[in-house]
Amino acid sequence: MEIIILMSVVPDTSVKIKLTADGLPDMKEIPWIINPWDELALTRALELKEDPGNTVNKVTLLHVGPSTHGQVLRKAMAMGADEAVRIEATPRDSYETAYHIVAFLQERAFDLVLAGIESSDYNGAAVGGLVAGMLDIPSVSAVTGIQTEGDKLHVVRETDGGRETLRMPLPLLAVVQKGIAKEPRMPSMRGLMMARKKNIHVIEPGAVDSLTEYARFELPPPKPPCHMVDATNPGELLELLENESKVIHLS
Amino acid sequence: MSILIFAENRNGKFPRHVPELVTYGRQLADQFRVQAIVLAPGRMDHPELAALGKYGAHRVLSVPDQSLDVMDNRMYSDVILEIAGEEDAEILLFAYSNAGKALAPLVAAHLQAAYVSAITGLPAGTDPFVVRKKVFSGKVFTDIFVKTRKKVFTLAPHSLEASEHYDPVTPEIRHVKVHENRNVTERMEIKSQEGKLLLTEADIVISGGRGMQHPDNFKLLEELAALLGGATACTRPVSDEGWRPAEEHAGQTGKIIAPDLYFAFGISGAIQHLAGVSSSKVIAAVNTDPEAPIFEVADYGIVGDALDILPKMIEEIKRRKHV
Ligand SMILES: Cc1cc2nc3c(=O)[nH]c(=O)nc-3n(C[C@H](O)[C@H](O)[C@H](O)COP(=O)(O)OP(=O)(O)OC[C@H]3O[C@@H](n4cnc5c(N)ncnc54)[C@H](O)[C@@H]3O)c2cc1C
Repeated sequence: MEIIILMSVVPDTSVKIKLTADGLPDMKEIPWIINPWDELALTRALELKEDPGNTVNKVTLLHVGPSTHGQVLRKAMAMGADEAVRIEATPRDSYETAYHIVAFLQERAFDLVLAGIESSDYNGAAVGGLVAGMLDIPSVSAVTGIQTEGDKLHVVRETDGGRETLRMPLPLLAVVQKGIAKEPRMPSMRGLMMARKKNIHVIEPGAVDSLTEYARFELPPPKPPCHMVDATNPGELLELLENESKVIHLS
Repeated sequence: MSILIFAENRNGKFPRHVPELVTYGRQLADQFRVQAIVLAPGRMDHPELAALGKYGAHRVLSVPDQSLDVMDNRMYSDVILEIAGEEDAEILLFAYSNAGKALAPLVAAHLQAAYVSAITGLPAGTDPFVVRKKVFSGKVFTDIFVKTRKKVFTLAPHSLEASEHYDPVTPEIRHVKVHENRNVTERMEIKSQEGKLLLTEADIVISGGRGMQHPDNFKLLEELAALLGGATACTRPVSDEGWRPAEEHAGQTGKIIAPDLYFAFGISGAIQHLAGVSSSKVIAAVNTDPEAPIFEVADYGIVGDALDILPKMIEEIKRRKHV
């Protein structure tokens, strides 16, 4: 069984975003990372591949993005992925990303596709679902656990008031979130060496037009300074929360 | 044309975000002078359905099919698409919940509609159609121009206050042909957090970080939460260490919440943590370090030891409430 990971590359999540003179997010000198959820998805896929009790034998990365993302893709390869495919495009919205991924998957057999719930830059929460919809294949979302059982999967899905364990057949697209793996895996020395030898397949994109456009960006207005209360008088803070901001009720 | 609102069924009841979503749908429908129609899948009592009229639903369509008890993504999206076709829905609204995030993009793909998730308010303009949302995990706001006639959105939690201005309506029962062969989801087990106030629905959230020092000290947070009628949350290291259950982890990689009050004890205020809580109406923080970044986003703060301040606060509340 092959697992394909839809991987997004995003600005380091601890970076403060500034806007350029044209009012666009300033991406100069920003360190790029593997989107945190995709990193967890990849980690889980590798755990499954290494577990002799199941039939996963290949983990493939699929990325839509420019060549400048190559370094991050290499790091993901160093974690242990077998193959990487990069579709040479700079998508303007999640529909364009999904379009390129669908074009690739239509030409090729696949079993399990994993997507992260969102990317930490544009927070679209879209690509996984759009791909499943466009391919009209079975999908499951809010996934926090995956186990194989012969040619089926056991999937743990978070619901808004609990969790369910589901049995689902392949092929399947699963949208995963926190919990799918405990900690992202660190690339080993050996992994880094191997990754240098592995090939990244680059594919030319088809033509597509976005369905949305970013019209304008704006930084949130600065917050007024924090109202400090003396540590000897916690009652005063309760007073303020009750009477000034009216968010608690004590009487 | 109409606006179609997807109202989730949680064990025969509507979750708390549904009234917000219906209120929003009605306001949008009024802008276009069209109907706001609610689609409620699964079995549900008549009064529960009728009550959505109060929030502005012109019509409530119930699809009480037993096969919808377990959510299969494709079967659900088939049902939504069928109703959307019959009702000529131009805008489809979902909650920014697990189910909404699962279904909205599927439906958008089939309709070839533009999809924007977690929009934060009414459109800034309708010609051209422009919606607002936060990007970079809350660090930047953006206006998005939506180019297609059909549109699918999820609404960010607490984007507006639910309001009951209208009268209940008589729900209509719809029978949609459910294609069982499209359903591949077999449920083996279910665990629900019955009786517990859900973190994503709480108005007050009392949260602890590594500064709480020890798992036992979280009893203080639980006590404060119980007294104020709130839920408890924590930071990622706290849940990673197993001090608290994983479902309490708030932040970019955990739950995104927006309560009226977020009360942070011993939390440094790392950017990834703030990504999950910065939409709270009021943030209060207790931290020993006056330089802790949490104070840059907090409305109220105390520089001090949480383990010393919590018991005092609890005492004070008990005194005020005479318990
Ligand atoms: C990709 C990525 C995603 C992440 N996602 C998340 C996320 O979703 N959620 C999240 O929370 N974190 C997340 N993190 C981790 C985040 O960067 C921080 O490490 C984490 O939020 C810090 O948790 P903390 O505030 O509990 O601990 P610390 O940063 O260690 O802060 C503890 C605070 O307690 C104070 N303190 C100590 N003793 C006391 C006392 N007795 N009384 C009062 N105050 C005291 C200290 O001054 C300090 O400010 C993520 C990190 C990465 C890299």
